[in-house]
Amino acid sequence: MRSDPHPSPAARPRTNTRALMRAMGYLRPHAWMMLGAFVGLLISTTANLFAPQLLRIIIDNGIAARNLSVIASAGLGLVGLALTRGVFEFLQAYLAEAASQNVAYDLRNVIFNKITTLSFSYHDQQQTGQLLTRVTSDVELVRQFLGQALLRLIGAAIVLIGALVFLVRMNALLTLVIVLVLPAFLGLLGRFLRFVRPLFNVTQQKLAELNTILQENLAGIRVVRAFAREPFELQRYTRVNTELKDISININNQLAITFPLLFFVVNAATLLVVLSGGVLVINAHLTVGELVAFVNYLAVLIQPMFAFGFLSAFVARASVSAERVFEVLDAESEVKEKPDAVRLPPIQGRVEFRNVWFKFAGAERWALQDVSFVVEPGTKVAVVGRTGSGKSSIVNLIPRFYDPQRGQVLIDGYDVKDVTLDSLRSSIGIVLQDTVLFSGTIRENIAYGKPDATMEEIIAAAKAAQAHDFIMQFPDGYDTIIGERGVGLSGGQKQRIAIARALLLKPRLVILDDSTSAVDAETEYQIQQALETMLNACNCTSFVIAQRLSSVRNADLILLVDDGRIVAQGTHEELLRDSALYGEILDTQFAPDLVEPTPDPALKTPAEVAA
Amino acid sequence: MRGGDPVSLQRLIEMPEERAKDRAATARRLLRYVAPYKREVMLVLLLVIAASATQALGPAIIGYAVDHFVFPGGNVAGLLASMGVLAAVYLLGLLAARWQIVYIGVVGQNVLLRLRQQIFEKVQTLPLRYFDKNPVGDVMSRLVNDTDTINQFLGQGVVQILGSLFGLIGILIGMFAQSVPLALASATVIPIVLLITNLFSRVARRRYRKTRQTIGDVSANLQEEIAGVRVAQAYNRTAANFQRFAERNAANREANISANAVTSAFTPVIEVISVLAIALVAGFGGYLVVQGQTSVGVVVAFIAYMQNLFRPLQAISTIYTQAQASLAGAERIFELLDTPGEQDAPDARPMPPIRGEVVFDRVSFAYNPSKPVLHEVSFTAQPGQMIAIVGPTGAGKTTLISLLQRFYDPTEGAIYIDGVDIRTVTRASLRAQMGAVLQDGFLFAGTVADNIRYGKPDATDEEVERAARLANAHEFITRMKDGYNTRLGERGGGLSQGQRQLISIARAILADPRILILDEATASVDTYTESLIQRALEQLMRGRTTFVIAHRLSTVRRADLILVLEGGRIVERGTHAELLARGGLYAELYRRQFRDPLPALRREGERVPAFVDNGAARVMSRN
Repeated sequence: MRSDPHPSPAARPRTNTRALMRAMGYLRPHAWMMLGAFVGLLISTTANLFAPQLLRIIIDNGIAARNLSVIASAGLGLVGLALTRGVFEFLQAYLAEAASQNVAYDLRNVIFNKITTLSFSYHDQQQTGQLLTRVTSDVELVRQFLGQALLRLIGAAIVLIGALVFLVRMNALLTLVIVLVLPAFLGLLGRFLRFVRPLFNVTQQKLAELNTILQENLAGIRVVRAFAREPFELQRYTRVNTELKDISININNQLAITFPLLFFVVNAATLLVVLSGGVLVINAHLTVGELVAFVNYLAVLIQPMFAFGFLSAFVARASVSAERVFEVLDAESEVKEKPDAVRLPPIQGRVEFRNVWFKFAGAERWALQDVSFVVEPGTKVAVVGRTGSGKSSIVNLIPRFYDPQRGQVLIDGYDVKDVTLDSLRSSIGIVLQDTVLFSGTIRENIAYGKPDATMEEIIAAAKAAQAHDFIMQFPDGYDTIIGERGVGLSGGQKQRIAIARALLLKPRLVILDDSTSAVDAETEYQIQQALETMLNACNCTSFVIAQRLSSVRNADLILLVDDGRIVAQGTHEELLRDSALYGEILDTQFAPDLVEPTPDPALKTPAEVAA
Repeated sequence: MRGGDPVSLQRLIEMPEERAKDRAATARRLLRYVAPYKREVMLVLLLVIAASATQALGPAIIGYAVDHFVFPGGNVAGLLASMGVLAAVYLLGLLAARWQIVYIGVVGQNVLLRLRQQIFEKVQTLPLRYFDKNPVGDVMSRLVNDTDTINQFLGQGVVQILGSLFGLIGILIGMFAQSVPLALASATVIPIVLLITNLFSRVARRRYRKTRQTIGDVSANLQEEIAGVRVAQAYNRTAANFQRFAERNAANREANISANAVTSAFTPVIEVISVLAIALVAGFGGYLVVQGQTSVGVVVAFIAYMQNLFRPLQAISTIYTQAQASLAGAERIFELLDTPGEQDAPDARPMPPIRGEVVFDRVSFAYNPSKPVLHEVSFTAQPGQMIAIVGPTGAGKTTLISLLQRFYDPTEGAIYIDGVDIRTVTRASLRAQMGAVLQDGFLFAGTVADNIRYGKPDATDEEVERAARLANAHEFITRMKDGYNTRLGERGGGLSQGQRQLISIARAILADPRILILDEATASVDTYTESLIQRALEQLMRGRTTFVIAHRLSTVRRADLILVLEGGRIVERGTHAELLARGGLYAELYRRQFRDPLPALRREGERVPAFVDNGAARVMSRN
């Protein structure tokens, strides 16, 4: 670890050794690289340990003995040693890094695969930001552990033991002096890591708080000004700003105590070594060269001390990250394909619910209770109900986005649990609540469910969704890039592309979850037109979560859902006559003003105006 | 030094590489912030010199002791005495290091406090015009990054840099004092190390840029896939999407391995050079000893010097980049501080309580003289009236409202409220009597009650609740765990769009403005919340002069006066019925937007996105 790349969390987490061991398991495919790195580490560390010995020889047998040839050969030896060490240190760093990058690559891939195949109930409970953190920051921390921290820890241990062996062999008494100083050093370092370092996180938090105020103030500047609240904003900013200054000065004072002391201890150790070593030299128990070597080994010994101190905190954090990564990898998909699942043959479009009970993961209430109905091929079904009544749950069970706890969902007599997910979902055209398009060309987006579709098919689908005309208005037509780096589309345009995407599959069964009252009146109108066209064009069984009068009026069958149960079914007229709830929902929940234009005598068409 | 090596290559290449335009002026101005702390700064300088001197003295004393008390025969008393001196020197070093850190911290943090304070105060008075040219996100990231760069420089940078510099000087003095030829030989490594550090950092910087770019691709791809995971599953695309991700992932891996090859080589190369230098000193020094030109102790001291030489040397490479970046940051901050803020006229008086008559008298406005936004707009709103403003995107609707709130002043003409030219009153007193419910329903981090109270900080809990009830927000607020004391995240995080709207309506109700400004939201909320919002707004508008940028039919229908804006001019005005009867632009917009059946769709698409624009375009071409 060159420099600490992430500020550590305030509390030092406990190290989860099992998660770290499991992370190390991912090194196995790159074992040769790691072995190379390890050999590099071994050789460079050994070379490092021998350097002070050569220095001793130069001083004792060369300089003190006035022997130039010894100086020259030992000097060359020192250079050779340094070169060896340099080459192998590079090999170690490079190979370990490459291996760890490979592990990061593998980990990201498996997480990606996992995330994209986990069922809806998992994603209902996760936030995009958190999942992203796992794939980026957490994987990076695990990688740094495998690529740097692990080998550095091993290297530090080798250096520590090796240096002590050399020291004892030169002079046991002097070694004792060094060994006695080390605990003081470790104690101070420990104090720093335990008390001082967490303070940095407090500053980070304060700074984040301060920046949040500034950020909010800037983003909400019109509101601040409109309510003339500048003095208040200034007051709360000043408070945090002053707190930040006080904390920063406090931490600085802590640093001022600890760090000079840490170096003082090292200096004091040098002093003690020179003093006691000097006495030993005077009494001829030690040579000057050995004394110099001792001072050098002291410097060599301090490195692993620092390494242990800083890496222990790092390893603890890396283990938390590993834990979080494996949490994703271990998540069970609620919807699983049976091993003996069969392909669903081309369907007619008959849908049946048999006593279906369903509740969301972690929920206490049933979202659906004992729902049963049969829909014959070609039927236009509208699902109607209050917000939260279970409308979406019904349609989400058909493509197996969720599995019911009890009961069966059947398509053409096949239980959806018995067929492959692939064949099931490619038989159904789905337009979901939020129109998600992907960055790429319009053509790619329409062909999303059938990447090998011909241009004719794509244009036909776009025409049916009333998207062709506006697509052709773009200079690049179907090759127009949309998404973050491309053209922005209006809500209505997005929706029409999503509809074209569904139509391209020529599904016999269509599901439209359309329960947001979308954007402005214009967009809503466009969407309504496109949806109607779609349903008329596909000649298929359709389920629409109805939001508009036109949908229910055109429906062959309306399922009225309340509190997870189907409380009534029938046509628009039948329900208007029989169900008070239906009338109430039409009044309160449906998009107003749009569908049934009551003739307005004041309004003339442009033609009339012209006339 | 937060852990690890303070002068690593990594840190060097992570620093922004940029220069201030006028370095001297910026440095002088930055120094002015330090001026009140002259005494502390002088003290720090002295302490840094003292600390550096102790660093240079240490090896010299050891060398002297080896030469005089250990080597020829030995002198334990002399050794003890010299070690006593060394202990005193180390102790002095400890104290000097300690107090220099303390004082530099006090000075640096106070300077930062003042800079941050000035920035924020300036932001409060910056005219909105400033943010038209400088998007809020940019301003924010610049302020945060620039103060952070200066913070790093003032905090740790200065001490490290001064320490390294004086340490280096101390070491050089120590070396030259003891043996000139040996010192000259040793000094040859200095340019070599500087050169190599520079070379490596340039190559590494380039390669790391690539890693940042590729990890950005990985994240962007992933974010998209997570957001679209339901669609991907619905369309069986997970396998194909994985291919795309794996490619980007691999690109990132290659970029990292390539960048790391450079940084992995850096440390060994520097270490090899350092050992070569030590070998050179030992070899050449040994030769000099044999020739009788120097002593063993001097060689021992030189070896110690060489070991201490490399850290400050690398620190000095960092110094340059860091100082440059700080100056560039400071220059940008000063630029902001020098931007003139909003200022009331010197004789401005407070706006008397508003009745609500608003007159625009031939008001013209241009952000940029060659592109006027409003032309001679005139109208009168009677107290309590609802004025709806409609028109295509870019017609000047928002600008008109902004002029009323005095976010901008008209280029020509004047705006009168109750007969008072609003340029003659203070902005605060004017704005305090206006309430705004803007599109995004902006909320601040804090409790729900804090947010409702925003416009009237001294409101009682009862008043807050009454306002929430009127805004139809009470019900969902009390359903939350902590009710009115529920803490909201940044920008009202945790609430739906519709709920945020309802709270901002409650905020406006509580502020009880005399003039109300509404920018109707076009974002999607569910139909139930939509109806709640509608009813709440009706509550709010009662008895106040209200200006609405209208998107909803129900609003325009009920307006007392509809102003139809196009290209910065009022092209039509009147009530809904009057305007429909006229059959002009309004009738066309209305037809297109609210009722025209299918044929409109077929004709649609003459230009890109919002259909309103198309409608306007066609009307214009017909005229």
